[in-house]
Amino acid sequence: MTPPLGKDLVGLEPLSADQIRMILDTAEPFKEVSERSIKKVPALRGKTIVNLFFEASTRTRISFEFAEKRLSADTVNIAAQGSSLSKGETLVDTARNLEAMRIDMVVIRHHASGAARFLGERIRSNVINAGDGTHEHPTQGLLDLLTLRDKFGTIEGLKVAICGDVLHSRVARSNIWGLLKLGAEVAVCGPPTLLPTGLQSLGVTVMHHIEDAIQWADALNVLRLQLERMEAGFVPSLREYNRIFGVTKERLERAPKDIVIMHPGPMNRGVEIDSDVADGPHSLILPQVTNGVAVRMAVLYLLAGGLPDWRAQSGDDR
Amino acid sequence: MNDLLIAGGRVIDPSRGTDGIADLYLVNGKVEAVGRNIPVGEGVRRIEATGKIVAPGFIDVHVHFREPGQEHMETIATGAMAAAAGGFTGVCVMPNTDPVIDNQAAVGFVVRQAIRAGKARVYPIGCVSLGQRGLQLAEFGEMVAAGAVAVSDDGHAVASSQLMRTALEYAKVFGIPVADHCEDPTLAAGVMHEGIVATRLGLKGIPAAAEEIMVARDLVLAELTGGHIHLCHISTRGSVDLIRRAKDMGLNVTAEATPHHFSLTHEWCEGYNTNAKMSPPLRELADVGAIREGLKDGTIDCVATDHAPHHYDAKQREFDEAPNGIIGLETAIGVAIRDLVDTGVLSFPELVTRMSTTPARIFKLPGGTLAVGAPADVVVFDPGRRWTVEARDLHSKSTNSPYLGQILVGQAELTTVGGRVVFERGVEKTDG
Repeated sequence: MTPPLGKDLVGLEPLSADQIRMILDTAEPFKEVSERSIKKVPALRGKTIVNLFFEASTRTRISFEFAEKRLSADTVNIAAQGSSLSKGETLVDTARNLEAMRIDMVVIRHHASGAARFLGERIRSNVINAGDGTHEHPTQGLLDLLTLRDKFGTIEGLKVAICGDVLHSRVARSNIWGLLKLGAEVAVCGPPTLLPTGLQSLGVTVMHHIEDAIQWADALNVLRLQLERMEAGFVPSLREYNRIFGVTKERLERAPKDIVIMHPGPMNRGVEIDSDVADGPHSLILPQVTNGVAVRMAVLYLLAGGLPDWRAQSGDDR
Repeated sequence: MNDLLIAGGRVIDPSRGTDGIADLYLVNGKVEAVGRNIPVGEGVRRIEATGKIVAPGFIDVHVHFREPGQEHMETIATGAMAAAAGGFTGVCVMPNTDPVIDNQAAVGFVVRQAIRAGKARVYPIGCVSLGQRGLQLAEFGEMVAAGAVAVSDDGHAVASSQLMRTALEYAKVFGIPVADHCEDPTLAAGVMHEGIVATRLGLKGIPAAAEEIMVARDLVLAELTGGHIHLCHISTRGSVDLIRRAKDMGLNVTAEATPHHFSLTHEWCEGYNTNAKMSPPLRELADVGAIREGLKDGTIDCVATDHAPHHYDAKQREFDEAPNGIIGLETAIGVAIRDLVDTGVLSFPELVTRMSTTPARIFKLPGGTLAVGAPADVVVFDPGRRWTVEARDLHSKSTNSPYLGQILVGQAELTTVGGRVVFERGVEKTDG
């Protein structure tokens, strides 16, 4: 039987709308597993999963680790520092070594765009992209979609503005693909120095004023502005960025609709988003994190060959 | 003895304006006669060229042979063999080796290695600046005396306008071109063309402006100094427009374009294909169209492959990490016929002009002509032969080509240098 997602999850761009919906549908019941006192289902028992993180990450790695353990898989974490990876071993050799150890699945985060696909083309294990350079972060895109769907009931026709450093953001790209495929209206908002070329050709609206985005959108997905961007001259200062582009309580008060605020984290409070917004009534930031584990469980489960109606398959009787 | 009669082919020699079925008689390393029913001496080897095109050997003014220092990718010997297999009788090698070719001893080394290889003629290009560091002029005079035919810091742009001005003025003394890799270094910190494909792939882009800014700068300096500026691997339509205007003004500027820049676009980077990564990068369809137009109307003087071998391991990397460049000598004629002649952009005489006549003229090299008395540097190629590019058939030490597995049209059958057969298809890997 052909696996419903193929061998690897490299991004949302190659997926169809049906495949994305299937992942979200599969994630819904996995949310409930995380509410139990014994947070375990046997679906991936006996499977070996390696979390191969070339870039430091706490939130994403832990989220994947919980997802893997709640599915009863055996997990191993490899961080770049203190391993042969930092001794200059190539990605090709790393791939071959993993395959020789008969790893079932690899979750990879890497600084180079295309790294997940590179690995997936060279090993038989399932490869899940946990973020490759500025290319995609598909599980983040999926959990953002799930969060929006939970709140609004549907993605179709929803107006979502992705605000901030879209140019360097893999989260933004995954969101753009996922939202467009599910029928949302997508806009990006930020200074031109932080927006990539060609988005209009995809049907994305480009805005340069946060006030316009707030007027228009049902939801804002606010991206982190990194210190390096200021140092590299994309914006003159973080202070100016907050003054001109920051999502602040005052600006949100002028929103015509009951707008929701999302953020992939980690947040730079006081730069792209103010604390009273992040912690305020419009914020869906914590539900995003909860949904992250469920979405990752769904992805791992489906790639391992699980069928979407997993309850019957795995013998779970709750 | 070495004398040859190449019989019955379509002999195209734009230098003399001739194009017709004829025999070509080569004696003692020179063109003896071109015509019909030429009386030949005894024991002369006869090569049947019916259905083939016979032309002055192709000349590529921009290749990289990686010797000294990076011989695992290519050597002067293997590169000269690859050139011969591609129908090239002469190539100019860029100096960005390790160490670089910035002094007379290094130039002499290249000359000697080329003689030992005994395949296509290899002409050294010396550095513009010592160490290619862009600060101080190399000794043009010494390098020319040792055999250099031009100067270039290719691999890098000459960022300092002051240095480029001085180089253009000083080069006038020796009558050599200064070949510039046109790229504003502060705008070029990317790995592919800046556009929708880069956005989708999450790769940093290099805008066309990075090249056009330096092209404009070099043209202004050419006007100021009257020196001969040769613009390497032109890739954008804006650059073509600038060069066209400069030539209309009568400036002493020449330009080259690679086969990949008149045949491939940035979509080839999809899937993170590192064999589509080079500098300057593959651009958009409109740029490809402009390069073809430029080759047609002479704005772009010649085809030059920028043959840039890289070891298999080096290209088996993440796209960001892979080095720039692809090989091109053995696929040039196949791409050119498929994408320039068969598409109606150029006729065969026009193609031979761009691949032989003009490069010889602008770099003042022997060859590029079949006039009586000229060196017997000849290519016989099959203009209609469809062939699939396979790594194992390539003579280059490296196989980094986006054309692997592609079907090309046209292939060299026989190449002679100084009347000696240096390549003959079907008689593979000869030493003679």
